[in-house]
Amino acid sequence: MPLAFNEEQRSLKDTARDFANDNTPVEALRKLRDSKDPLGYSKEHWGQMIELGFGGIIFPEAYGGFDFGVKGLAGCCEEFGRTLTASPLLSSVALSGSLILEAGSEEQKQALLPAISMGEKRVAVALEEGSRHNPAGVSLKGTLNGKSSENGFTLNGRKTLVVDGHVADLLIVAARTSGEPGEQEGISLFLVDPKAQGVEIQKNGMTDSRNYARISFTDVELDSTALLGEEGNGFAALDKALDVARICLSAEMFGSTQEVFERTVQYFKERKQFGVLIGTFQALQHRAAFMFTEIQVCKTLLMNALNALESGADNAPAMISAARAKICEIAELVTNEAVQLHGGIGVTDELEIGLFLKRARTSQILFGDERFHYDRYATLSGF
Amino acid sequence: MSDLKAFRQEIRAWLEDNCPQSMRTAAKMEEQVWGGRNINFYSEDSRVWFERCVEKGYTVPDWPKEYGGAGFDKKQHRIFEQEMERLNCRPPQMNLGIWMAGPAILEFGTEEQKREHLPKIARGEIRWCQGYSEPGAGSDLASLQCKAVEDGDDFIINGSKMWTSYADESDWIYCLVRTDPTGAKHDGITFILFDMQSEGVDVKPIELINGETHFCQTFFDNVRVPKAQVLGEVDKGWTVAKRVLVFERDVMSNMESTVAVSGQSPRTIGQKYLGDENGRVTDDVFRHAIAKHEVNRLAMELTPQRMVDEYTQGVGDPTVAMILKYVGTEEEKRKYELMIKMAGEYCLGWGDDVSELEEQLTSEWLGTKTYSIAGGTSEIQLNIIAKRALGLLEK
Repeated sequence: MPLAFNEEQRSLKDTARDFANDNTPVEALRKLRDSKDPLGYSKEHWGQMIELGFGGIIFPEAYGGFDFGVKGLAGCCEEFGRTLTASPLLSSVALSGSLILEAGSEEQKQALLPAISMGEKRVAVALEEGSRHNPAGVSLKGTLNGKSSENGFTLNGRKTLVVDGHVADLLIVAARTSGEPGEQEGISLFLVDPKAQGVEIQKNGMTDSRNYARISFTDVELDSTALLGEEGNGFAALDKALDVARICLSAEMFGSTQEVFERTVQYFKERKQFGVLIGTFQALQHRAAFMFTEIQVCKTLLMNALNALESGADNAPAMISAARAKICEIAELVTNEAVQLHGGIGVTDELEIGLFLKRARTSQILFGDERFHYDRYATLSGF
Repeated sequence: MSDLKAFRQEIRAWLEDNCPQSMRTAAKMEEQVWGGRNINFYSEDSRVWFERCVEKGYTVPDWPKEYGGAGFDKKQHRIFEQEMERLNCRPPQMNLGIWMAGPAILEFGTEEQKREHLPKIARGEIRWCQGYSEPGAGSDLASLQCKAVEDGDDFIINGSKMWTSYADESDWIYCLVRTDPTGAKHDGITFILFDMQSEGVDVKPIELINGETHFCQTFFDNVRVPKAQVLGEVDKGWTVAKRVLVFERDVMSNMESTVAVSGQSPRTIGQKYLGDENGRVTDDVFRHAIAKHEVNRLAMELTPQRMVDEYTQGVGDPTVAMILKYVGTEEEKRKYELMIKMAGEYCLGWGDDVSELEEQLTSEWLGTKTYSIAGGTSEIQLNIIAKRALGLLEK
């Protein structure tokens, strides 16, 4: 597999770029933010994205998808990152779709995946509970209603950082049905109707204007069909689906990082001080050149991780963590440098650089930042 | 079966049959074969391995057969390298002839020059050194002053060169000289080849911080060199010089596999000195730093392949190659800083009265300091990226 996008993937990526440039430039996110749009994305744009097929890229044809693979989707995410396109692609397709594909029964897959890819259902995963990404740290309690799972479960607890949680038609909730928080065993996944009694959803506005929610579950009763996958064995599927979301989000961040970098270099060629273009100053040139080297390093790692995932390599999780750790680091570096190198205008709300800065930080904490992923890489590599 | 598959099998079988077992480990400094009139073999295996490779043209696999190579194309050459790596085969010889002088002669030489020099490089008969920097011309290489004045069919060379690696053991030099002092500094430079045994050549080794003395200062006092030994055109040597710098940066971007190492990595050192019984490095800060190093190292190993793949896919980008020397050498420096911090007292030994396993690390750590200076400093690499990849102008 080449460490580059092939023709088919490039054509998908080009479609995404054209769509984003024509319909969802950064300006579009600003409008959503300023109008305090309750949905947080444009229904019309999401409908167009579905029509163009972005919803079905990663799903097998048997479930209404196109089977173009995660690499194909990641190329599109990269382009959407360049314009901060608001859509449920990450939450509903990359994360929830992968999780249903991994853990779902044939019946659940048939019922949900075509609906996700056609945009008829938006699904969100409720996983996090603390300040930092911690997939094994689930403590939200799932207790048996009777002696066995046949009588269903009752959920009690709170979730946070649920991407698109307040607009979801269906939630997938990670609950602890046995063991202790921190253990991978004992985590079960449940399909929960957001309108069910005891579910309380609060939109949690964050700095980057993406949709996040905090959700509390009070004596939420579920029947046995709510279980996604096996009781107590949800972690493996969760981690696999998270890996798809992690690398897609990394691709999105990589797109944003390149965009911010290119805008900064462009500013070097326009802004004059001391009677000359600021891009002629060596102190600034070296900072830009250094960022260029790091961005190239990120690109190699991203391609490598996508190939490992696509080919089902054993080391795919380690390679995904390697790419994600570096991309998180460099997204932070480049967004900070971009603000500084734009000077005063860089800290204004008017300039779009600030929107990229804010998005980068929330994207870092979502699904694990560099701290989490260097640690995971080390663990998976045996040191 | 495809031709390339058959080719791979053929190479694999040949290497398995012909590469002696003792040649399948990283070579220590004193075990390397550098070629030349005073060629030195550390062991009988090393001689046998070298001679077998010479016979097949495997010391310079991608050169044409008529000049001593094996005539491999890019894909075959890559396969050859992969198969060498697979068995961990040592390079049969390593020197500036196969890395720099030879490729320059291949690209810019006359037919006569190619026939004269290339087979001798391939067979390890002549060892080359590089006359680029001068006491007054380091990063500003084009300001060089070493002078060559016409005298009939010859040039008479006067001046001095700095950091001529292994000048004291080399047979020939490729040298940048000023033939026209009147024009712009990049014009009026000539790329010339001559024998280090010529009358008027004097070499003085310089001791470096790691105790090694292979960097030299070289003096030329009325050295007479035939004009026929100019490579490329008179006064147009900067073009050749820049190409050779690209070759050099390629070599330097991957010093870990070029230069013999103690075989230690941050991971092995971390596990040895800070690991628990399961191999987990117990200090989280160091563990994080090791992971960070490995991730950067992984990217450096894969980036050349990404470049090839992008060209194959029709989306090649020549600016990617500009990062390799900078990222590769800076990472090597960080790697050694990390290792000596973890091993502490055990790897900062020096002199004859210590015999710790990690003693070699001290010298390697100090040696890495040259990587980001030689072949164009890191700062010069960033200048090149700013100018050529980002289109930023000089003030």
